Amino acid sequence: MPISAVDLENAIRAAMPVTHLEIEDTSNGCGENYSVFVVSQAFEGKNTLARHRFINEVLKNEIAQMHAFSQKTLTPAQWEAQIAKQTS
Amino acid sequence: MFRSAIRTSFTALRAPTRAPAIALTSPSLAFARRYITQEARNKIQQAITSTPVVLFMKGTPEAPQCGFSRAAVQVLDIHGVPPEKMKTFDVLEDSELRQSIKEFSDWPTIPQLYVNGEFVGGCDILINMHQSGELDELLVKAGVVPPEEPQESQGQGQQQSQN
Repeated sequence: MPISAVDLENAIRAAMPVTHLEIEDTSNGCGENYSVFVVSQAFEGKNTLARHRFINEVLKNEIAQMHAFSQKTLTPAQWEAQIAKQTS
Repeated sequence: MFRSAIRTSFTALRAPTRAPAIALTSPSLAFARRYITQEARNKIQQAITSTPVVLFMKGTPEAPQCGFSRAAVQVLDIHGVPPEKMKTFDVLEDSELRQSIKEFSDWPTIPQLYVNGEFVGGCDILINMHQSGELDELLVKAGVVPPEEPQESQGQGQQQSQN
């Protein structure tokens, strides 16, 4: 039973307030590899390791069924700074 | 049905009521959660403290078997981690290690990096830390690489080979 992007999205949204969410299926549709980009105020005050552990916990069952999983986690402030940097 | 019971125990942080009952009534379920043996735990503990930098990966630095592991090796290489201070373990060679390291670190994916016995993270975190300069900081603080930054500064914004 392949994992769908919707499964991941639902799990993430249920676990934290989400400012921005991108879920990319990097497996060409077979549901084995996903790359997730989450912007949430829940990451405020947490270092990257803690953020990733948090996401790992939220998606524990899903990740166990995938081949590969990659994630990027930013706070809303970091995300805005990144956008500003990219557009300047 | 059993499976949903196991899931319940995962979320035991919020609702701890059922977890003890499960453990008592059905000891065989303990295997389903793949608790690692004390022996495996000791072996890993020994491994991560044997060398300042320890990388659990798929394949070897010369022949990585996965893009994420390759990226991790490349990042460490960019930072000039000397070979004598670094050791890699190929989890594809050892299926018990492949499973037990995930439990040990409470981390679901490979590669996994340890510095001075402390878990640092997986591929995404390594690349993040590389880009932000934290990795260099960590390696210098850990005494793995000498503190000379100017030469390394062009390493910023390197390509991301995972993906």
